[in-house]
Amino acid sequence: MAKISIRNIGKSFGATSVLKGVSLEIADGEFLTLLGPSGCGKSTLLRILAGLEVQSGGSLAIGDRVVDGIRPKRRDVAMVFQSYALYPHMTVQENMALPLRMRRLSAWQRLPLMGELLPGTTATTAEIERDVTRTAKSLSIGHLLARKPGQLSGGQRQRVAVGRAMVRQPAVFLMDEPLSNLDAKLRVQMRAEIKELHQRLGVTFVYVTHDQSEAMTMSDRVAVMLDGELLQVAPPQEIYADPDDLRVAEFIGSPKINILQATLRSDGLADASGTSFTVAAGLAPGSTLSLGIRPEAFHLVDASKDNVLTGSVRLVEHMGSDLYVHLDVPGADHPLVARLLAERAPQIVSGQTLHLGVKPERLLLFAADGRRLRPDGNTKANVLQIKERV
Amino acid sequence: MSTASFTGPDPAGSSTNTAETRKALRNHRFAETLAAWSLAGPALVLLVILFFLPVFAVFGIALTDWQFGASTLSFVGFGNFKEVFSDEGFRASLTNTLLYVAIVVPGTIVLGLVIALLIESGKSLRAFYRAIHFLPFMATLTAMAIAWEALLHPTLGLVNQTLAAVGLPTANWLRDENTVLPVLAVIGVWQNLGYAMVLFLAGLKSIPQDLYDAADIDGADLWLDRLRTVTLPMLGPVTMFVFIVVALRAFETFDTVQVLTRGGPGHASEMLLYTLYRESFEYLRTGYGASVAVVFLFIVVALTLIQARVMDKRVHYQ
Repeated sequence: MAKISIRNIGKSFGATSVLKGVSLEIADGEFLTLLGPSGCGKSTLLRILAGLEVQSGGSLAIGDRVVDGIRPKRRDVAMVFQSYALYPHMTVQENMALPLRMRRLSAWQRLPLMGELLPGTTATTAEIERDVTRTAKSLSIGHLLARKPGQLSGGQRQRVAVGRAMVRQPAVFLMDEPLSNLDAKLRVQMRAEIKELHQRLGVTFVYVTHDQSEAMTMSDRVAVMLDGELLQVAPPQEIYADPDDLRVAEFIGSPKINILQATLRSDGLADASGTSFTVAAGLAPGSTLSLGIRPEAFHLVDASKDNVLTGSVRLVEHMGSDLYVHLDVPGADHPLVARLLAERAPQIVSGQTLHLGVKPERLLLFAADGRRLRPDGNTKANVLQIKERV
Repeated sequence: MSTASFTGPDPAGSSTNTAETRKALRNHRFAETLAAWSLAGPALVLLVILFFLPVFAVFGIALTDWQFGASTLSFVGFGNFKEVFSDEGFRASLTNTLLYVAIVVPGTIVLGLVIALLIESGKSLRAFYRAIHFLPFMATLTAMAIAWEALLHPTLGLVNQTLAAVGLPTANWLRDENTVLPVLAVIGVWQNLGYAMVLFLAGLKSIPQDLYDAADIDGADLWLDRLRTVTLPMLGPVTMFVFIVVALRAFETFDTVQVLTRGGPGHASEMLLYTLYRESFEYLRTGYGASVAVVFLFIVVALTLIQARVMDKRVHYQ
């Protein structure tokens, strides 16, 4: 068990800077997810944590030990790869035993034939076998020990990879998109299993993914990365409800958040798409800002007034419990998407004119540079406020 | 009526249906068979004309005492084979060939792998090293053999002059029955090395980096551990392929023998293909030569079959 301190880590490949001074504290036993689109540097950060890649600048500590320049095997970390990286010529048992053999047996003891004659080899090997069998049983792959990876399904390989990481009881688990090679149904199932595993083992997990639903469902905290920078590190509900940055707001949430360009008037109202919104941004009149409205923040109203958008319905998607209504409003580049509860919404057909209201407190305001504007003037989230809202 | 056959029993309707279905199925099968034969046909004809017929002809000739150009021949049964196996020259030739293969195959594989690993581990001049090691494989061995002859010349050759300069014993490499076969084997290794190296380089490239990363994290991060955990096992299929090809090429060695030693001194460097050539085309004993060819064919086919079995069982993972 260990906390992780990442201090100002940078990484460049030639002239390309992949990580630009990332700092992050991960608590002991925390499940932290690095979330971002491909190419944002999240995997590179994970590989630096593992010791597979050397940072260009900054420092890294696992537990109370600075691990810069220390080889992967001495860092007490285990990693699960996207491709699982199982040794194809070894059985499941041999795959899982390898990290233990490398640690508990000397180079001489590992030699074929001769090694078995050395004192202690047989006892240690038996002990390794016991540990492997126990771990395999806890992951319900005990019956697969004699098979080779080629004879296993994707889900089974995934479990073996987790088992190989688990068997030596590392202080930190690193997972690099471990679910992206699985089909959708299995992914949901393995998601729950990994979360359960984290609760059972209680060790620190650092999980890399580009899939926001994985990040939202599994993590204690999510770190959103973009272009080599950390934009926000916060619990999932806070990342969703109270983003610090326009890019975070746009990356998280499905369907995507609606963004309207607005101009602030002298009376504190902001004009956008033919209507006026009550905003409390503390900006000078005339300045432009972006209004973010989550699809579920809309509610149906009867007539056009302040804080109500009016437009014509382009498309209605029935999702069972919800309706996604795509609405063309004047001045917006894309149709807005509103998520309405199916049971409360009347019959909506395309072409129809619809009035959608937004409560002022559900508006997310962003300055022209993408920074979040909060009524109290803070740029960082106020946790108490969020708890009230949620 | 047609819906009735789905909803309820209708013996008359279903029996006509079955007959029609069967007929359609038969036609379909016939069309498929026809397509299969017409697609495989041309290749099959060529295979029969260019491979099976000559092989059967050789089997036939091996059972006669036919001499090349002779108008008569008589059937001698397995007489030729009896003679082949009691002939000291043939036995020497077989032993030499096996010895030669036993040196060339492991030598080529080990050296080829070492050079491939060295080239892969360094970053500079990769293309250059690849090219110079591959050159001998592309060059005509007959021409190269002349260069080797010059190098190995007892008095003027560079090899002996270098050895003499540093005070080591010299030898008449190609005329001494103790050195001639190892020297030919060294030339064989030199010639096949580049081929093995190129295949190993391709094999090394196809090993996923993830496996090396996993080995690093699992603690197998010293070069010997990495080699044993990832590199060698993942090169298994390539190694098997190199083994088969180099072994076959070594069994078929002819040009160095013909150009450099003509099987001498005595039978010290005589090999199967050279024996076959000399019996058939110099002594014109075609029947006897054909029986040597049959023995040769059996060895090569047996070798290939054994290797194919091993390959299926041990080195195919995915």
